[in-house]
Amino acid sequence: MEALILNFFQWFWNLFGLWDAIWPWFQHVWPLAWSMMRIVAILVPLIVGVAYLPYFERKVIAYMHVRIGPNRVGPFGLLQPIADSLKLMFKEVLFPAKASTKLFIFGPIIALAPALVAWAVVPFADGWVLADIDAGVLFLLAVTSIGVYGIIISGWASNSKYPFLGAMRATAQMISYEIAMGMALVAVIMVSNSLNLSDIVRVQDQGRFADMGLSILSWNFIPLLPLFLVYLISGVAETNRAPFDVVEGESEIVAGHMIEYSGMAFALFFLAEYANMILVSFLTAIFFLGGWLSPVGFLPDGHHWLAAKVSFLLFCFLWFRATFPRYRYDQIMRLGWKVFIPLCIAWILVVGVWMMSPFNIWK
Amino acid sequence: MEFKTFVFYVVAAILVFAALRTITARNPVHAALFLVLAFFSTAAIWMLLQAEFLAIILIMVYVGAVMVLFLFVVMMLDIDIARLRHRFWSYLPLGAMIGLLMVAEMALVLSGKYFSAAALPGQTMPEGYSNTKELGRLLYTEFVFPFELASVILLVGVIAAVMLTLRQRKDTKYQNPSEQLAVKRNDRVRLVKMATEKDLPAESEVKEGGQ
Repeated sequence: MEALILNFFQWFWNLFGLWDAIWPWFQHVWPLAWSMMRIVAILVPLIVGVAYLPYFERKVIAYMHVRIGPNRVGPFGLLQPIADSLKLMFKEVLFPAKASTKLFIFGPIIALAPALVAWAVVPFADGWVLADIDAGVLFLLAVTSIGVYGIIISGWASNSKYPFLGAMRATAQMISYEIAMGMALVAVIMVSNSLNLSDIVRVQDQGRFADMGLSILSWNFIPLLPLFLVYLISGVAETNRAPFDVVEGESEIVAGHMIEYSGMAFALFFLAEYANMILVSFLTAIFFLGGWLSPVGFLPDGHHWLAAKVSFLLFCFLWFRATFPRYRYDQIMRLGWKVFIPLCIAWILVVGVWMMSPFNIWK
Repeated sequence: MEFKTFVFYVVAAILVFAALRTITARNPVHAALFLVLAFFSTAAIWMLLQAEFLAIILIMVYVGAVMVLFLFVVMMLDIDIARLRHRFWSYLPLGAMIGLLMVAEMALVLSGKYFSAAALPGQTMPEGYSNTKELGRLLYTEFVFPFELASVILLVGVIAAVMLTLRQRKDTKYQNPSEQLAVKRNDRVRLVKMATEKDLPAESEVKEGGQ
Protein backbone atom coordinates (compact mmCIF):
# COMPACT_ATOMS: atom_id res chain seq x y z
CA MET A 1 0.00 0.00 0.00
CA GLU A 2 2.74 2.40 1.00
CA ALA A 3 4.77 1.61 -2.14
CA LEU A 4 1.66 2.01 -4.28
CA ILE A 5 0.97 5.55 -3.04
CA LEU A 6 4.63 6.45 -3.29
CA ASN A 7 4.62 5.26 -6.91
CA PHE A 8 1.56 7.37 -7.58
CA PHE A 9 3.34 10.42 -6.18
CA GLN A 10 6.35 9.68 -8.36
CA TRP A 11 4.14 9.37 -11.45
CA PHE A 12 2.27 12.57 -10.58
CA TRP A 13 5.36 14.71 -10.07
CA ASN A 14 7.08 13.17 -13.09
CA LEU A 15 4.30 14.66 -15.21
CA PHE A 16 5.89 18.00 -14.41
CA GLY A 17 9.41 16.58 -14.36
CA LEU A 18 9.83 17.66 -10.74
CA TRP A 19 10.26 14.29 -8.99
CA ASP A 20 14.08 14.35 -8.99
CA ALA A 21 13.99 17.87 -7.60
CA ILE A 22 11.67 17.24 -4.68
CA TRP A 23 12.62 13.65 -3.68
CA PRO A 24 15.82 14.58 -1.73
CA TRP A 25 13.83 16.55 0.86
CA PHE A 26 10.54 14.71 0.37
CA GLN A 27 12.00 11.39 1.54
CA HIS A 28 12.51 12.87 5.01
CA VAL A 29 8.92 14.07 5.19
CA TRP A 30 7.46 10.89 3.73
CA PRO A 31 7.18 8.78 6.96
CA LEU A 32 5.31 11.65 8.62
CA ALA A 33 3.11 12.18 5.57
CA TRP A 34 2.35 8.45 5.38
CA SER A 35 1.31 8.38 9.06
CA MET A 36 -0.87 11.44 8.54
CA MET A 37 -2.54 9.79 5.56
CA ARG A 38 -3.37 6.71 7.61
CA ILE A 39 -4.69 8.84 10.47
CA VAL A 40 -6.96 10.68 8.03
CA ALA A 41 -8.04 7.35 6.54
CA ILE A 42 -9.17 6.26 10.02
CA LEU A 43 -10.65 9.54 11.22
CA VAL A 44 -12.71 10.54 8.17
CA PRO A 45 -14.85 7.36 8.16
CA LEU A 46 -15.09 7.69 11.94
CA ILE A 47 -16.42 11.24 11.75
CA VAL A 48 -18.89 10.23 9.03
CA GLY A 49 -19.97 7.34 11.23
CA VAL A 50 -20.33 9.67 14.20
CA ALA A 51 -22.47 12.01 12.09
CA TYR A 52 -24.75 9.24 10.86
CA LEU A 53 -25.05 7.24 14.07
CA PRO A 54 -27.48 9.79 15.63
CA TYR A 55 -29.51 9.61 12.41
CA PHE A 56 -29.72 5.83 12.68
CA GLU A 57 -30.46 6.15 16.38
CA ARG A 58 -33.42 8.38 15.63
CA LYS A 59 -34.62 6.12 12.83
CA VAL A 60 -34.22 2.85 14.75
CA ILE A 61 -35.86 4.18 17.90
CA ALA A 62 -38.61 5.74 15.79
CA TYR A 63 -39.42 2.40 14.16
CA MET A 64 -39.37 0.73 17.58
CA HIS A 65 -41.88 3.35 18.71
CA VAL A 66 -43.92 2.84 15.49
CA ARG A 67 -43.02 6.32 14.25
CA ILE A 68 -41.20 7.35 11.09
CA GLY A 69 -38.32 9.42 12.42
CA PRO A 70 -36.46 12.15 10.48
CA ASN A 71 -37.76 12.18 6.89
CA ARG A 72 -37.82 15.83 5.84
CA VAL A 73 -34.22 16.68 4.84
CA GLY A 74 -33.24 14.75 1.73
CA PRO A 75 -34.48 11.30 0.74
CA PHE A 76 -35.41 9.29 3.86
CA GLY A 77 -34.04 12.23 5.89
CA LEU A 78 -30.50 11.19 4.92
CA LEU A 79 -29.22 14.78 4.89
CA GLN A 80 -30.46 15.37 8.46
CA PRO A 81 -26.96 15.03 10.02
CA ILE A 82 -25.61 17.69 7.65
CA ALA A 83 -28.46 20.04 8.50
CA ASP A 84 -27.88 19.40 12.21
CA SER A 85 -24.16 20.03 12.03
CA LEU A 86 -24.67 23.22 9.99
CA LYS A 87 -27.11 24.44 12.61
CA LEU A 88 -24.64 23.71 15.41
CA MET A 89 -21.82 25.43 13.54
CA PHE A 90 -23.74 28.67 13.10
CA LYS A 91 -24.97 28.86 16.66
CA GLU A 92 -23.27 31.18 19.09
CA VAL A 93 -21.13 29.64 21.82
CA LEU A 94 -22.34 31.24 25.03
CA PHE A 95 -20.13 31.69 28.06
CA PRO A 96 -21.78 31.73 31.50
CA ALA A 97 -20.97 34.72 33.70
CA LYS A 98 -17.92 34.19 35.93
CA ALA A 99 -17.16 30.88 34.23
CA SER A 100 -13.54 29.85 33.92
CA THR A 101 -13.34 30.63 30.19
CA LYS A 102 -10.15 28.74 29.35
CA LEU A 103 -11.25 25.57 31.10
CA PHE A 104 -14.76 26.00 29.67
CA ILE A 105 -13.29 25.70 26.16
CA PHE A 106 -10.77 23.06 27.22
CA GLY A 107 -13.45 20.70 28.62
CA PRO A 108 -15.10 19.58 25.36
CA ILE A 109 -11.72 19.31 23.64
CA ILE A 110 -10.31 16.97 26.28
CA ALA A 111 -13.55 14.97 26.10
CA LEU A 112 -13.16 14.37 22.38
CA ALA A 113 -9.38 13.93 22.10
CA PRO A 114 -9.04 10.56 23.95
CA ALA A 115 -11.97 9.16 21.96
CA LEU A 116 -9.94 9.80 18.79
CA VAL A 117 -6.46 8.91 20.13
CA ALA A 118 -7.59 5.42 21.16
CA TRP A 119 -8.08 4.47 17.49
CA ALA A 120 -4.30 4.34 17.05
CA VAL A 121 -4.14 0.75 18.33
CA VAL A 122 -7.41 -0.63 16.94
CA PRO A 123 -6.77 -3.30 14.28
CA PHE A 124 -9.32 -3.29 11.44
CA ALA A 125 -7.99 -6.42 9.74
CA ASP A 126 -4.84 -8.51 9.92
CA GLY A 127 -2.06 -5.91 9.79
CA TRP A 128 -4.43 -2.96 9.26
CA VAL A 129 -3.46 -1.02 12.34
CA LEU A 130 -1.86 2.39 12.79
CA ALA A 131 0.40 1.46 15.72
CA ASP A 132 0.93 -2.26 16.26
CA ILE A 133 2.28 -1.89 19.81
CA ASP A 134 2.74 -4.68 22.33
CA ALA A 135 1.14 -2.72 25.19
CA GLY A 136 -2.02 -2.00 23.20
CA VAL A 137 -4.54 -2.94 25.89
CA LEU A 138 -2.70 -0.88 28.49
CA PHE A 139 -2.59 2.07 26.09
CA LEU A 140 -6.33 1.80 25.55
CA LEU A 141 -7.08 1.66 29.28
CA ALA A 142 -4.83 4.66 29.90
CA VAL A 143 -6.25 6.77 27.07
CA THR A 144 -9.91 6.02 27.78
CA SER A 145 -9.40 6.87 31.45
CA ILE A 146 -8.52 10.44 30.43
CA GLY A 147 -11.95 11.07 28.88
CA VAL A 148 -13.46 11.63 32.31
CA TYR A 149 -11.50 14.89 32.60
CA GLY A 150 -13.61 16.42 29.84
CA ILE A 151 -16.70 15.94 31.94
CA ILE A 152 -15.27 16.98 35.28
CA ILE A 153 -13.54 20.08 33.87
CA SER A 154 -16.58 21.27 31.92
CA GLY A 155 -18.85 20.63 34.90
CA TRP A 156 -16.66 22.70 37.16
CA ALA A 157 -15.82 25.45 34.66
CA SER A 158 -19.51 26.14 33.94
CA ASN A 159 -19.87 27.76 37.37
CA SER A 160 -23.37 26.41 37.74
CA LYS A 161 -25.00 23.85 40.03
CA TYR A 162 -26.59 21.38 37.62
CA PRO A 163 -23.47 20.89 35.49
CA PHE A 164 -21.45 20.35 38.64
CA LEU A 165 -23.88 17.75 39.99
CA GLY A 166 -23.96 16.06 36.59
CA ALA A 167 -20.16 16.02 36.43
CA MET A 168 -19.98 14.47 39.91
CA ARG A 169 -22.40 11.72 38.92
CA ALA A 170 -20.65 11.06 35.63
CA THR A 171 -17.20 10.92 37.17
CA ALA A 172 -18.16 8.52 39.92
CA GLN A 173 -19.99 6.32 37.44
CA MET A 174 -17.20 6.27 34.87
CA ILE A 175 -14.46 5.50 37.39
CA SER A 176 -16.53 2.64 38.86
CA TYR A 177 -17.25 1.02 35.52
CA GLU A 178 -13.68 1.50 34.31
CA ILE A 179 -12.64 -0.93 37.05
CA ALA A 180 -15.18 -3.52 35.92
CA MET A 181 -14.05 -3.12 32.29
CA GLY A 182 -10.39 -3.47 33.23
CA MET A 183 -11.17 -6.55 35.32
CA ALA A 184 -13.05 -8.14 32.42
CA LEU A 185 -10.01 -7.55 30.21
CA VAL A 186 -7.68 -9.28 32.69
CA ALA A 187 -9.13 -12.68 31.78
CA VAL A 188 -8.94 -11.84 28.06
CA ILE A 189 -5.26 -11.02 28.49
CA MET A 190 -4.75 -14.25 30.46
CA VAL A 191 -6.16 -16.48 27.73
CA SER A 192 -4.54 -14.51 24.90
CA ASN A 193 -1.15 -14.32 26.58
CA SER A 194 -0.61 -10.92 24.97
CA LEU A 195 -1.43 -7.23 25.35
CA ASN A 196 -1.40 -6.69 21.60
CA LEU A 197 -4.88 -6.30 20.12
CA SER A 198 -4.01 -8.04 16.86
CA ASP A 199 -2.63 -11.02 18.80
CA ILE A 200 -5.80 -11.14 20.91
CA VAL A 201 -7.81 -11.58 17.70
CA ARG A 202 -5.37 -14.12 16.24
CA VAL A 203 -5.55 -16.28 19.38
CA GLN A 204 -9.32 -16.55 18.89
CA ASP A 205 -8.65 -18.25 15.55
CA GLN A 206 -6.94 -21.20 17.27
CA GLY A 207 -8.39 -24.19 19.03
CA ARG A 208 -10.34 -27.35 18.36
CA PHE A 209 -13.41 -25.67 16.88
CA ALA A 210 -11.40 -23.28 14.70
CA ASP A 211 -9.57 -26.29 13.25
CA MET A 212 -12.94 -27.86 12.45
CA GLY A 213 -13.83 -24.70 10.52
CA LEU A 214 -16.13 -23.26 13.17
CA SER A 215 -14.11 -20.29 14.35
CA ILE A 216 -17.22 -18.76 15.96
CA LEU A 217 -17.09 -21.39 18.73
CA SER A 218 -13.46 -20.48 19.51
CA TRP A 219 -14.13 -16.80 20.09
CA ASN A 220 -13.65 -15.48 23.59
CA PHE A 221 -17.29 -14.79 24.23
CA ILE A 222 -18.11 -18.45 24.86
CA PRO A 223 -15.55 -19.41 27.54
CA LEU A 224 -15.66 -15.84 28.95
CA LEU A 225 -19.42 -15.32 28.63
CA PRO A 226 -19.92 -13.58 32.02
CA LEU A 227 -17.05 -11.21 31.26
CA PHE A 228 -18.42 -10.50 27.78
CA LEU A 229 -21.71 -9.41 29.32
CA VAL A 230 -19.91 -7.39 32.00
CA TYR A 231 -17.80 -5.67 29.35
CA LEU A 232 -20.76 -4.92 27.11
CA ILE A 233 -22.94 -3.51 29.91
CA SER A 234 -20.01 -1.60 31.44
CA GLY A 235 -19.35 -0.19 27.98
CA VAL A 236 -22.88 1.19 27.90
CA ALA A 237 -22.40 2.66 31.37
CA GLU A 238 -18.94 4.01 30.52
CA THR A 239 -20.28 5.94 27.53
CA ASN A 240 -23.12 7.30 29.70
CA ARG A 241 -25.79 5.87 27.44
CA ALA A 242 -29.31 4.82 28.38
CA PRO A 243 -30.23 3.06 30.64
CA PHE A 244 -27.22 4.47 32.54
CA ASP A 245 -27.59 8.06 31.33
CA VAL A 246 -28.19 9.65 34.73
CA VAL A 247 -25.47 12.10 33.73
CA GLU A 248 -27.80 13.97 31.45
CA GLY A 249 -31.07 12.58 32.91
CA GLU A 250 -33.35 15.15 31.36
CA SER A 251 -36.02 14.78 34.02
CA GLU A 252 -33.60 15.47 36.89
CA ILE A 253 -30.59 17.55 35.94
CA VAL A 254 -31.51 18.53 32.38
CA ALA A 255 -28.24 17.71 30.56
CA GLY A 256 -25.63 17.40 33.29
CA HIS A 257 -22.27 18.91 32.42
CA MET A 258 -23.53 19.99 28.97
CA ILE A 259 -26.23 22.44 30.10
CA GLU A 260 -24.20 25.59 29.64
CA TYR A 261 -22.74 24.57 26.29
CA SER A 262 -24.10 25.61 22.93
CA GLY A 263 -23.06 25.51 19.29
CA MET A 264 -19.84 23.73 18.40
CA ALA A 265 -18.75 23.35 22.03
CA PHE A 266 -21.84 21.24 22.60
CA ALA A 267 -21.27 19.43 19.32
CA LEU A 268 -17.86 18.28 20.57
CA PHE A 269 -19.50 16.51 23.52
CA PHE A 270 -21.93 14.96 21.09
CA LEU A 271 -19.08 13.79 18.84
CA ALA A 272 -17.21 12.40 21.84
CA GLU A 273 -20.21 10.41 23.04
CA TYR A 274 -20.84 8.78 19.68
CA ALA A 275 -17.13 8.25 18.95
CA ASN A 276 -16.88 6.49 22.31
CA MET A 277 -19.87 4.31 21.46
CA ILE A 278 -18.26 3.23 18.21
CA LEU A 279 -14.95 2.65 19.99
CA VAL A 280 -16.52 0.48 22.69
CA SER A 281 -18.33 -1.53 20.02
CA PHE A 282 -15.06 -2.08 18.15
CA LEU A 283 -13.27 -3.13 21.32
CA THR A 284 -16.03 -5.54 22.33
CA ALA A 285 -15.90 -7.07 18.86
CA ILE A 286 -12.10 -7.37 19.01
CA PHE A 287 -11.82 -8.72 22.55
CA PHE A 288 -14.77 -11.11 22.58
CA LEU A 289 -16.24 -11.57 19.11
CA GLY A 290 -13.13 -12.44 17.14
CA GLY A 291 -12.48 -9.06 15.48
CA TRP A 292 -12.04 -9.50 11.73
CA LEU A 293 -12.39 -13.32 11.85
CA SER A 294 -15.07 -15.00 9.83
CA PRO A 295 -17.46 -17.14 11.91
CA VAL A 296 -17.08 -20.18 9.64
CA GLY A 297 -14.02 -21.59 7.93
CA PHE A 298 -15.22 -21.53 4.32
CA LEU A 299 -15.75 -17.75 4.22
CA PRO A 300 -12.65 -15.54 4.08
CA ASP A 301 -11.71 -13.30 7.03
CA GLY A 302 -11.75 -9.57 6.53
CA HIS A 303 -12.62 -6.13 7.76
CA HIS A 304 -16.26 -6.54 6.64
CA TRP A 305 -16.77 -9.10 9.42
CA LEU A 306 -15.55 -6.58 11.96
CA ALA A 307 -17.89 -3.99 10.45
CA ALA A 308 -20.82 -6.42 10.70
CA LYS A 309 -20.09 -7.21 14.36
CA VAL A 310 -19.66 -3.54 15.21
CA SER A 311 -22.93 -2.67 13.47
CA PHE A 312 -24.73 -5.30 15.51
CA LEU A 313 -23.25 -4.01 18.78
CA LEU A 314 -24.12 -0.42 17.87
CA PHE A 315 -27.65 -1.55 17.12
CA CYS A 316 -27.71 -3.09 20.62
CA PHE A 317 -26.77 0.33 22.05
CA LEU A 318 -29.78 1.89 20.31
CA TRP A 319 -31.98 -1.06 21.21
CA PHE A 320 -31.11 -0.72 24.92
CA ARG A 321 -32.04 2.93 24.77
CA ALA A 322 -35.43 2.18 23.29
CA THR A 323 -36.09 -0.70 25.70
CA PHE A 324 -34.91 -0.06 29.23
CA PRO A 325 -36.05 2.58 31.71
CA ARG A 326 -33.30 4.63 33.35
CA TYR A 327 -31.54 3.09 36.33
CA ARG A 328 -31.65 4.86 39.65
CA TYR A 329 -28.23 6.23 40.61
CA ASP A 330 -27.66 4.00 43.65
CA GLN A 331 -28.66 0.98 41.59
CA ILE A 332 -26.02 1.86 39.00
CA MET A 333 -23.37 2.02 41.69
CA ARG A 334 -24.57 -1.24 43.23
CA LEU A 335 -24.48 -2.99 39.86
CA GLY A 336 -20.93 -1.82 39.20
CA TRP A 337 -19.35 -2.45 42.57
CA LYS A 338 -21.37 -5.27 44.11
CA VAL A 339 -22.26 -7.35 41.05
CA PHE A 340 -19.81 -6.80 38.21
CA ILE A 341 -16.52 -6.55 40.07
CA PRO A 342 -17.10 -9.68 42.25
CA LEU A 343 -18.30 -11.52 39.15
CA CYS A 344 -15.12 -10.54 37.30
CA ILE A 345 -12.88 -11.62 40.18
CA ALA A 346 -14.70 -14.96 40.43
CA TRP A 347 -14.41 -15.61 36.71
CA ILE A 348 -10.72 -14.65 36.66
CA LEU A 349 -10.25 -17.33 39.32
CA VAL A 350 -12.23 -19.86 37.26
CA VAL A 351 -10.19 -19.07 34.14
CA GLY A 352 -6.94 -19.32 36.13
CA VAL A 353 -7.85 -22.77 37.46
CA TRP A 354 -9.10 -23.79 34.02
CA MET A 355 -5.81 -22.80 32.40
CA MET A 356 -3.81 -24.82 34.92
CA SER A 357 -6.06 -27.89 34.62
CA PRO A 358 -5.71 -30.60 31.93
CA PHE A 359 -8.85 -29.17 30.28
CA ASN A 360 -7.00 -26.06 29.16
CA ILE A 361 -8.32 -25.08 25.73
CA TRP A 362 -6.00 -22.12 25.09
CA LYS A 363 -2.68 -23.92 24.51
CA MET B 1 20.90 17.69 17.89
CA GLU B 2 19.16 14.36 17.70
CA PHE B 3 15.36 14.46 17.42
CA LYS B 4 14.99 12.48 20.66
CA THR B 5 17.02 15.06 22.57
CA PHE B 6 14.86 17.82 21.12
CA VAL B 7 11.70 16.01 22.28
CA PHE B 8 13.24 15.53 25.71
CA TYR B 9 13.95 19.26 26.10
CA VAL B 10 10.46 20.23 24.97
CA VAL B 11 8.79 17.76 27.34
CA ALA B 12 11.13 18.65 30.19
CA ALA B 13 10.39 22.36 29.73
CA ILE B 14 6.64 21.65 29.90
CA LEU B 15 7.22 19.51 32.99
CA VAL B 16 9.14 22.24 34.81
CA PHE B 17 6.55 24.84 33.82
CA ALA B 18 3.66 22.62 34.98
CA ALA B 19 5.40 21.82 38.25
CA LEU B 20 6.01 25.51 38.93
CA ARG B 21 2.43 26.42 38.12
CA THR B 22 1.22 23.63 40.41
CA ILE B 23 2.65 25.44 43.39
CA THR B 24 2.05 29.01 42.18
CA ALA B 25 -1.47 28.79 40.70
CA ARG B 26 -3.92 30.73 42.83
CA ASN B 27 -6.88 28.53 42.08
CA PRO B 28 -6.52 25.04 43.65
CA VAL B 29 -8.40 23.40 40.77
CA HIS B 30 -6.00 24.95 38.27
CA ALA B 31 -3.11 23.74 40.43
CA ALA B 32 -4.47 20.19 40.38
CA LEU B 33 -4.87 20.33 36.60
CA PHE B 34 -1.28 21.53 36.22
CA LEU B 35 -0.26 18.54 38.34
CA VAL B 36 -2.04 16.34 35.79
CA LEU B 37 -0.02 18.01 33.03
CA ALA B 38 3.13 17.35 35.05
CA PHE B 39 2.22 13.65 35.27
CA PHE B 40 1.69 13.58 31.51
CA SER B 41 5.08 15.11 30.81
CA THR B 42 6.74 12.68 33.22
CA ALA B 43 5.08 9.80 31.41
CA ALA B 44 6.38 11.17 28.12
CA ILE B 45 9.92 11.31 29.51
CA TRP B 46 9.65 7.73 30.78
CA MET B 47 8.43 6.74 27.35
CA LEU B 48 11.60 8.27 25.88
CA LEU B 49 13.57 6.04 28.26
CA GLN B 50 11.74 3.02 26.75
CA ALA B 51 9.91 2.37 30.02
CA GLU B 52 6.55 2.19 28.26
CA PHE B 53 4.91 0.04 30.94
CA LEU B 54 5.67 2.49 33.75
CA ALA B 55 4.66 5.45 31.57
CA ILE B 56 1.27 3.97 30.71
CA ILE B 57 0.65 2.85 34.29
CA LEU B 58 1.47 6.36 35.49
CA ILE B 59 -1.24 7.76 33.20
CA MET B 60 -3.70 5.02 34.10
CA VAL B 61 -3.29 5.13 37.88
CA TYR B 62 -2.37 8.72 38.64
CA VAL B 63 -4.05 10.66 35.84
CA GLY B 64 -6.99 8.32 35.32
CA ALA B 65 -7.89 7.57 38.91
CA VAL B 66 -5.96 9.35 41.68
CA MET B 67 -6.07 12.86 40.22
CA VAL B 68 -9.76 12.56 39.36
CA LEU B 69 -10.57 11.83 43.00
CA PHE B 70 -8.17 14.59 43.99
CA LEU B 71 -10.00 17.06 41.72
CA PHE B 72 -13.26 15.85 43.21
CA VAL B 73 -12.11 16.72 46.70
CA VAL B 74 -10.59 20.05 45.68
CA MET B 75 -13.77 21.06 43.85
CA MET B 76 -16.01 20.06 46.74
CA LEU B 77 -13.99 21.85 49.43
CA ASP B 78 -14.78 25.43 50.18
CA ILE B 79 -11.24 26.76 49.94
CA ASP B 80 -10.69 30.30 51.10
CA ILE B 81 -7.50 31.44 49.39
CA ALA B 82 -7.07 34.45 51.66
CA ARG B 83 -7.04 32.21 54.71
CA LEU B 84 -4.54 29.89 53.07
CA ARG B 85 -2.18 32.84 52.57
CA HIS B 86 -2.59 33.88 56.17
CA ARG B 87 0.78 33.79 58.03
CA PHE B 88 2.54 32.82 54.82
CA TRP B 89 5.76 34.54 55.89
CA SER B 90 5.93 32.87 59.26
CA TYR B 91 5.66 29.42 57.66
CA LEU B 92 8.12 30.25 54.89
CA PRO B 93 11.39 29.44 56.74
CA LEU B 94 10.13 25.98 57.75
CA GLY B 95 8.88 25.25 54.22
CA ALA B 96 12.09 26.50 52.65
CA MET B 97 14.13 24.33 55.02
CA ILE B 98 12.19 21.19 54.07
CA GLY B 99 12.55 22.10 50.40
CA LEU B 100 16.29 22.54 50.74
CA LEU B 101 16.53 19.26 52.62
CA MET B 102 14.80 17.46 49.76
CA VAL B 103 17.07 19.11 47.18
CA ALA B 104 20.13 18.07 49.21
CA GLU B 105 18.88 14.47 49.49
CA MET B 106 18.20 14.26 45.79
CA ALA B 107 21.60 15.72 45.00
CA LEU B 108 23.24 13.14 47.26
CA VAL B 109 21.44 10.26 45.57
CA LEU B 110 21.84 11.47 42.02
CA SER B 111 25.53 12.33 42.39
CA GLY B 112 26.27 8.99 44.03
CA LYS B 113 27.90 6.22 42.11
CA TYR B 114 24.72 4.14 41.60
CA PHE B 115 22.88 6.76 39.59
CA SER B 116 25.69 8.33 37.62
CA ALA B 117 25.45 8.02 33.85
CA ALA B 118 28.27 5.48 33.81
CA ALA B 119 26.52 3.15 36.28
CA LEU B 120 23.23 3.01 34.38
CA PRO B 121 22.70 0.40 31.66
CA GLY B 122 23.16 1.60 28.11
CA GLN B 123 20.32 3.00 26.04
CA THR B 124 20.65 0.37 23.34
CA MET B 125 18.40 -2.60 24.06
CA PRO B 126 18.55 -5.92 22.22
CA GLU B 127 16.13 -6.51 19.34
CA GLY B 128 12.63 -7.50 20.50
CA TYR B 129 13.23 -6.28 24.04
CA SER B 130 9.95 -5.66 25.83
CA ASN B 131 10.06 -3.62 28.97
CA THR B 132 6.61 -4.88 30.00
CA LYS B 133 7.60 -8.52 29.61
CA GLU B 134 10.88 -8.09 31.50
CA LEU B 135 9.14 -6.30 34.35
CA GLY B 136 6.49 -9.02 34.57
CA ARG B 137 9.11 -11.75 34.53
CA LEU B 138 11.11 -10.14 37.35
CA LEU B 139 8.02 -9.37 39.45
CA TYR B 140 6.69 -12.91 39.30
CA THR B 141 9.99 -14.78 39.65
CA GLU B 142 12.80 -13.07 41.55
CA PHE B 143 10.73 -10.54 43.46
CA VAL B 144 7.56 -12.57 43.92
CA PHE B 145 7.60 -12.45 47.75
CA PRO B 146 8.07 -8.69 48.11
CA PHE B 147 5.47 -8.25 45.37
CA GLU B 148 2.90 -10.43 47.14
CA LEU B 149 3.70 -8.72 50.42
CA ALA B 150 3.04 -5.33 48.84
CA SER B 151 -0.27 -6.55 47.45
CA VAL B 152 -1.34 -7.86 50.86
CA ILE B 153 -0.49 -4.49 52.42
CA LEU B 154 -2.55 -2.77 49.74
CA LEU B 155 -5.44 -5.15 50.41
CA VAL B 156 -5.26 -4.31 54.12
CA GLY B 157 -5.37 -0.64 53.16
CA VAL B 158 -8.44 -1.18 50.98
CA ILE B 159 -10.29 -3.10 53.69
CA ALA B 160 -9.31 -0.54 56.34
CA ALA B 161 -10.59 2.32 54.18
CA VAL B 162 -13.89 0.51 53.68
CA MET B 163 -14.20 -0.26 57.38
CA LEU B 164 -13.48 3.35 58.36
CA THR B 165 -16.28 4.68 56.22
CA LEU B 166 -18.70 1.87 57.00
CA ARG B 167 -20.88 3.04 59.83
CA GLN B 168 -24.34 1.82 60.55
CA ARG B 169 -26.70 4.74 60.64
CA LYS B 170 -30.12 4.21 62.09
CA ASP B 171 -31.79 7.04 60.21
CA THR B 172 -30.83 6.12 56.63
CA LYS B 173 -33.43 4.48 54.47
CA TYR B 174 -32.09 2.07 51.94
CA GLN B 175 -33.53 -0.56 49.70
CA ASN B 176 -32.45 -4.12 49.27
CA PRO B 177 -32.76 -4.85 45.54
CA SER B 178 -32.63 -8.62 45.96
CA GLU B 179 -35.54 -8.43 48.40
CA GLN B 180 -37.36 -6.16 46.00
CA LEU B 181 -36.83 -8.57 43.17
CA ALA B 182 -37.83 -11.60 45.24
CA VAL B 183 -41.19 -10.09 46.08
CA LYS B 184 -44.22 -12.19 45.15
CA ARG B 185 -47.59 -10.90 44.07
CA ASN B 186 -49.26 -12.44 47.10
CA ASP B 187 -47.08 -10.37 49.48
CA ARG B 188 -48.24 -7.11 48.02
CA VAL B 189 -51.65 -7.50 46.46
CA ARG B 190 -54.76 -8.74 48.19
CA LEU B 191 -57.66 -9.51 45.90
CA VAL B 192 -61.02 -8.90 47.45
CA LYS B 193 -63.95 -10.71 46.01
CA MET B 194 -66.93 -8.44 45.59
CA ALA B 195 -70.25 -8.85 44.00
CA THR B 196 -70.26 -7.03 40.66
CA GLU B 197 -73.79 -5.79 41.20
CA LYS B 198 -75.49 -4.46 44.21
CA ASP B 199 -79.18 -3.92 44.68
CA LEU B 200 -80.06 -0.26 44.93
CA PRO B 201 -81.46 0.74 48.28
CA ALA B 202 -85.00 2.02 48.47
CA GLU B 203 -85.61 5.52 47.06
CA SER B 204 -86.30 7.25 50.36
CA GLU B 205 -83.00 6.10 51.82
CA VAL B 206 -81.02 7.49 48.86
CA LYS B 207 -82.49 10.93 49.34
CA GLU B 208 -81.44 11.03 52.96
CA GLY B 209 -78.00 9.52 52.29
CA GLY B 210 -77.33 11.80 49.35
CA GLN B 211 -77.51 14.99 51.39
